[in-house]
Amino acid sequence: MMASTIFRGIQNHPLLLYQTALFRRKNGVFYCTMKSTETQTATQEKQKPQIKNPPRTQTKTSDKFSKDYEAVIGIETHVQLNTLTKAFCGCPYNYGSPPNTSVCPICMGLPGALPVLNSKVIELAVKVGLALNSKLSLNSKFDRKQYFYPDLPKGYQISQFDVPIASGGYIDLDLPVEFGGGHRRFGITRVHMEEDAGKLLHSENESYSQVDLNRAGVPLLEIVSEPDMRTGIEAAEYAAELQRLVRYLGVSNGNMQEGSLRCDVNVSIRPIGQAQFGTKVEIKNLNSFSSVSRAIDFEISRQVLLHSQGQGDQITQETRLWEEGAQKTVTMRKKEGLADYRYFPEPDLPGVILTKEYVNSIRDSLPELPEVKRRRYEKMGLSMQDVLFLANDVNVAEFFDATIAKGADVKLAANWIMGDIAAYMKNEKLTINEIKLIPQELAELIASIKGGTISGKIGKEILFELLAKGGTVKGLIKEKDLVQIVDPMEIEKIVDKVLSENPKQLEQYRGGKTKLQGYFAGQVMKLSKGKANPGLLNKILLEKLNAQS
Amino acid sequence: MLATLQPPRTLSRFPLYLTSRPVTLCTLTAQSPPSTSPPSQPPHSQILSIRHSLLTRQVTAAQLAESHLSRLRLTEPHLKSFLHVSDSDAVLRQAALLDQRIASGEEVGPLAGVVVGVKDNICTADMPSTGGSRVLEGYRPAYDATAVRKIKELGGIVVGKTNLDEFGMGSTTEASAFQVTANPWDVSRVPGGSSGGSAAAVSARQCVVSLGSDTGGSVRQPASFCGVVGLKPTYGRVSRYGLMAYASSLDVIGCFGSSVADTGILLHAISGHDRLDATSSKREVPDFASQFASINLLESKPLKGLRVGVIRETLDEGVDTGVISAIRGAASHLEELGCSVTEISLPSFSLGLPAYYILASSESSSNLSRYDGVRYGNQAVADELNSLYGDSRAKGFGPEVKMRILMGTYGLSAGYYDAYYKRAQQVRTIIRKSFKTALDENDILISPAAPSAAYKIGEKIDDPLAMYAGDIMTVNVNLAGLPALVLPCGFVEGGTAGLPVGLQMIGAAFDEEKLLKVGHIFEQTLQNCRFVPPLIEDDAAW
Repeated sequence: MMASTIFRGIQNHPLLLYQTALFRRKNGVFYCTMKSTETQTATQEKQKPQIKNPPRTQTKTSDKFSKDYEAVIGIETHVQLNTLTKAFCGCPYNYGSPPNTSVCPICMGLPGALPVLNSKVIELAVKVGLALNSKLSLNSKFDRKQYFYPDLPKGYQISQFDVPIASGGYIDLDLPVEFGGGHRRFGITRVHMEEDAGKLLHSENESYSQVDLNRAGVPLLEIVSEPDMRTGIEAAEYAAELQRLVRYLGVSNGNMQEGSLRCDVNVSIRPIGQAQFGTKVEIKNLNSFSSVSRAIDFEISRQVLLHSQGQGDQITQETRLWEEGAQKTVTMRKKEGLADYRYFPEPDLPGVILTKEYVNSIRDSLPELPEVKRRRYEKMGLSMQDVLFLANDVNVAEFFDATIAKGADVKLAANWIMGDIAAYMKNEKLTINEIKLIPQELAELIASIKGGTISGKIGKEILFELLAKGGTVKGLIKEKDLVQIVDPMEIEKIVDKVLSENPKQLEQYRGGKTKLQGYFAGQVMKLSKGKANPGLLNKILLEKLNAQS
Repeated sequence: MLATLQPPRTLSRFPLYLTSRPVTLCTLTAQSPPSTSPPSQPPHSQILSIRHSLLTRQVTAAQLAESHLSRLRLTEPHLKSFLHVSDSDAVLRQAALLDQRIASGEEVGPLAGVVVGVKDNICTADMPSTGGSRVLEGYRPAYDATAVRKIKELGGIVVGKTNLDEFGMGSTTEASAFQVTANPWDVSRVPGGSSGGSAAAVSARQCVVSLGSDTGGSVRQPASFCGVVGLKPTYGRVSRYGLMAYASSLDVIGCFGSSVADTGILLHAISGHDRLDATSSKREVPDFASQFASINLLESKPLKGLRVGVIRETLDEGVDTGVISAIRGAASHLEELGCSVTEISLPSFSLGLPAYYILASSESSSNLSRYDGVRYGNQAVADELNSLYGDSRAKGFGPEVKMRILMGTYGLSAGYYDAYYKRAQQVRTIIRKSFKTALDENDILISPAAPSAAYKIGEKIDDPLAMYAGDIMTVNVNLAGLPALVLPCGFVEGGTAGLPVGLQMIGAAFDEEKLLKVGHIFEQTLQNCRFVPPLIEDDAAW
């Protein structure tokens, strides 16, 4: 077929020379795509926002003035929906497939081909609209957004213009404790459905470009925020909360590296107290939450510096590119007036009509969302640090919920998950769904320790066994004969044995060197193969040590 | 099912010269048919007659195909109806396969052995499909349009791709990038357009039936010019999948035949919901073929009680007097058949033309964006992206297409959208409503299919406004999405044998059944009019 079309002799536009990014002009939407060849092995855990403190690359001058200005930040996010097939044809989409292997006459824009909407797209859009507390349009429609670019096979993108499927709304989030914490509510302007474009692959020497249409026609939601954010951290947390939300909803993998979640941010500054917005600058090529945060903070400093030097007029409406290597933004293109996309209603698709019953049925099927989960965890008495950790990843939260549903102590369950289990997952590069331990056994483990069947130390040993190989707590205890010794007589015997075998130490102890109690306890534990109940052991040991012989 | 209907008495695909039926007055107009003309027999269904002959083993599909191919070869140099003629070996192979199946007693589809022409803006797998445009020169689609697939599945044989105005934009085929088709009634005249190739091919019996497309009259006007039956179905009746989009909200695939029955049978074959076209209707497709009763069975007033509205605005200034009298004659004929004919007014009628040209151009400016030279079709050699686009499109599109893209781009531009596109949509709503009212009060509406009969090649080529004005009779029907049937009803002076005039019957949405019934009775009872063009008149031996 006409897969892998080569453009004969197209020279890349000088503006397009930035090597790590492939991008489209005119569209106003920049699809940042990592040059990264690194395959996606990262777990969701790994992708939890790890926002470092913004590097202090700016000059002192800007710091001095920064307190006089506030930044206004709005974000446009594109979320790739994880439908089995594309938005308007039956092609599957799998990230990383060889170029042009997931294409058909429809998504290639061949003459005569027509789009037919995948109804799953509507369902997922409604889910997101509801989760963002938005007002759904029961009567919306698709429109054509027209511009020419080689990755856009039809010469127009099927999108929604004046009647998005959802408008208004908000998202709630809690800032990380390390950044001062605090609850925030950011407004949502609109949510609309559209199709993705393909990708351009530029040759090494840039003498030609190739088009890969695998991604063309993949369904996207564009979520536009109100300009409610004021700092890089807030913006990054907004993006992270959106990622959390789509993952909780199961509508997208939300993976930034694969481009399943893409953020373009608009930043302007204004003197504190001024109501009018300053000139906004759009930043693209943000491939992680930390780059969102750092790019914004850099941009704020840049703009503040210009203002403070009386060069505020040099801030022009433009699109800037975040350069990860240099940790700065650079001009990508100046806006040449407002692009005219000549939107008009898509005549190939009937209107999108939702019934109230349909919306209600979806509302009823929504899972517990991050904000509600966090408030619930908070009420359970967990610290905000714990709450944020557990609720960050929907799978971790589900694991935690399942564990406490089996009766496990809330705080203990949280500690196990955040401690040894998280460490194990990190070391082994596993997600919580990949470990062999199941919530029921974690609950059993916690109960066994609490009930004194095993010691905490043995509990840890069993835990690693369970994480790596699975099995049941009861089975392992039995198999390895790990039941805690709680019979005082038995412990007494061991204590006696230890005391009699260490007469010298005993003498020293009784001579006043009471620190040796630890030594004896260790010996008893060792002899009991770790099974002695520590409380009993210490009680009996102390009695014996202090007994007058 | 089809074979049981009106089994024809002979194999001939031409009107037989039998005695005329004493039903109604003839509908002669400005000019009588040629005096040499023998008494005429109403047209009969070629499709039914082919089926009958095949099933009774009077003839083989291979023989039928061969005879069409040789006729095609003979007439094509005069007409140039086809942009691409199928490889004759391939055609004969398909026919031979059908013959084998018939010989072994297997079922064959209702279109078995029927040679079909397909307008070149309808995709055919592994056959050139250019849409009449340089931009797609040499392009061979990877798939069959749904309508084509259905025809093939029912045994039809695609004999070639017919000429058209580039992407359907024109009324004469003069806007084809490749050739101008001649009218079989007078080769110095245009066959109409944009489906001129399909109309001429059926008129000259180069094929039995053909597919066209109708965005603003592109099936009906050439049917009128070429003296054949043309059917524009309700929007949504036939899948558009595989039809190169001109104006998506107006485009329909339509049918040409030499009899009403043939167009009805073809329509039945291609109709129905298609999961590949979201605008195709899920309505059930009635068995149109049951409408084609033999005229022997007709009562004296077979259309008694049928309310026919003559659209006053279509018989006004600017319409040829010959055409007006042909339509008035047709109206009397309908009265003779029992209809109650009244004149009605559609005040919004004249608004249709500007609204149509705004909407069609706007949609086309978008639909034609995909012809950018990047993925298929002609690609200009360029050293940077904008030149690649610019040159590919500058060299690929003809002047008419460029003009419409410019107009459409303008109409959709920021600041002009409300004044043009949006206003035209509002007009469209008004037109739809006024048709609805008129069709609540009448069963069908009638009008000419075009303000004149076929004109000379080159006559209007430098006057686009005059050319556009020629679409006045048909565009309203597209804006309202209604079905319309055009069938020859008389002649006006011109050429050596007169020029045919088409009557347009407009029905309610999805009521093709009624149009076909009325059209069939009209056609079967029309006297002394024989719509076989002089080009092939002598060729009655086959």
